[in-house]
Amino acid sequence: MSAPGRRKRRGLQIWLSLLAIVILGWTLFPVYYMLLLSFTPTDDLFQPGLYVEHPTVRNYTYTMGADNPFVRYFWHQIGNSLVVALWAMALVAAVAALGSFAMARLHFRFRRFVSGLTLFTYVIPSSFLAIPFFKMMADYDLIDTKLSLILAMVTFAAPYALWVLSDYARSLPPEIEEAGAIDGAGTIATFLYLYLPLIRPPLIAVGTYAFLYAWNEYLYALLLLTGEPRVTLPVAMSNFLTTDNAPWNLLMAVSTVYAIPPVVLYYCFKRYLVSGLVSGAVAGT
Amino acid sequence: MSPTTREGGRRAPSRVARLFRSRTTQGFLFTAPLLALFAAFVIYPMAFGVWYALDADSYRALFSDPTFRQTVVNTLWYVGFAVNVKLVLALLLSGILDFQFAWIRVLAALFLIPWAVPALPGILSFRWMLNSQWGIFNHLLGKFGFASVPWLAQHDTALGAVIVFHIWKYLPFWTIIFLAGRRAIPNELYEATAIDGASALQNFRYVTFPLLRNLYLICTLLSMVFTLGDFTVPWLLTGGAPGDSTHVLATLAYRYTFQMGRLEWGLATFAVALPVTLGFIGLLLRWVKI
Repeated sequence: MSAPGRRKRRGLQIWLSLLAIVILGWTLFPVYYMLLLSFTPTDDLFQPGLYVEHPTVRNYTYTMGADNPFVRYFWHQIGNSLVVALWAMALVAAVAALGSFAMARLHFRFRRFVSGLTLFTYVIPSSFLAIPFFKMMADYDLIDTKLSLILAMVTFAAPYALWVLSDYARSLPPEIEEAGAIDGAGTIATFLYLYLPLIRPPLIAVGTYAFLYAWNEYLYALLLLTGEPRVTLPVAMSNFLTTDNAPWNLLMAVSTVYAIPPVVLYYCFKRYLVSGLVSGAVAGT
Repeated sequence: MSPTTREGGRRAPSRVARLFRSRTTQGFLFTAPLLALFAAFVIYPMAFGVWYALDADSYRALFSDPTFRQTVVNTLWYVGFAVNVKLVLALLLSGILDFQFAWIRVLAALFLIPWAVPALPGILSFRWMLNSQWGIFNHLLGKFGFASVPWLAQHDTALGAVIVFHIWKYLPFWTIIFLAGRRAIPNELYEATAIDGASALQNFRYVTFPLLRNLYLICTLLSMVFTLGDFTVPWLLTGGAPGDSTHVLATLAYRYTFQMGRLEWGLATFAVALPVTLGFIGLLLRWVKI
């Protein structure tokens, strides 16, 4: 590269790095502040600062040891979150795997109808349906059961999962069905022994998506679950907000623990969690 | 099926067997769990909600409630202003993250953190930072000799906080969507404009934006619909406070239904937004290829 070109590039880099500092400050500060508070002893909580003078892990041991009345049910609540998320993960994977097989490999006549309904479910804000859903669950006496929350999570996480799987399945070669036909396998055998092993990578990804969707859910968990030992972790945390003397440093320790699984999973499966709907739009331009 | 294929002594498949071998039946059987879920938990609640919301008395009650009118204004700010600021920023930032320097990749990875962290921890952090007595913002303002601001205790700054949090949390997601869009643009186009000596601004004006326009419109619609139904951010950040002045549709419907026991008002609140939502969804259904 010529000397003026290099100088121009250097100038660009300087400008970019100045912008980068601003971006990083904006992005990271709230997260930094959460971590900072989670290591702050209660005595220092009311002296705000940009760093911790006497860092402590007491907030974490309190939370884990559950000997503080505020976080007595921490393990129950994180367990509830985990159970709901794992069920949502398994059911979404199952439902979407079946659906994607029909959508991508069977070419059946009502495909457009199913995909329209899927898109509708994806786009309609879930809060619009929350009140009737609550009423319905109350009528069936399912309030305060994990089943009701799991059903809601599976419904709202399924459309995206169906897309990602169908997209992937369409790119598989047509030889799958042919190989199945030669071996005399029926549709079910083809699905189980030929199709499922082939879609394993995106299946893991959509399972992760469903797990995260359920793990992060707040509104439905707030509506459907009550009672300290039975709620999920985000609902338990938000219940503190109504008390005047919320133990903010404990809350931040719980927040940090709560945020770790999603952060790890998002970074591992980033590629799959942004494509889907928009990949169609990107390719379509 | 022609009779010749049945030769060789094989029995003709019964009607039931043939039915199960038809593509349509198999297709329906494989999509049955999905369709059942959508019918039971999307179509039915929707119909139920609309049925309840047909009562004109609810709307009379809503429109005479000043809280509701304030809520509509708040929602318009939230959906109209926050979403568009966020998407313009996302479009610009995706240009920065598209530079091919090694350190930009590190920046892009760190930039994704707000998207990966669930909303609740971020909101808690914002709330404490904005605390009027012990929050870091007022502490810093005080240090530089400014008067402290009751961030979450007055309407304008509280709604502003909701908008800022929304941008903070969701900017990374849309930025990587646009980044993917930029990466899908063939490089030859830029090589061609480079020969013509186009500036960066001209590149954006004549190549990047025209090719991203569709994506940008779809993202705008999607984000607006999602944001229209947002409950978590406003509820946890302000809870409608101070004095029910910062509600959006979803939080007000929650308040009507579960705190005031007015189910029909809660459903009517959503029904007010339903025509717009369905219009947007109709546009999306036409534009998005699946």
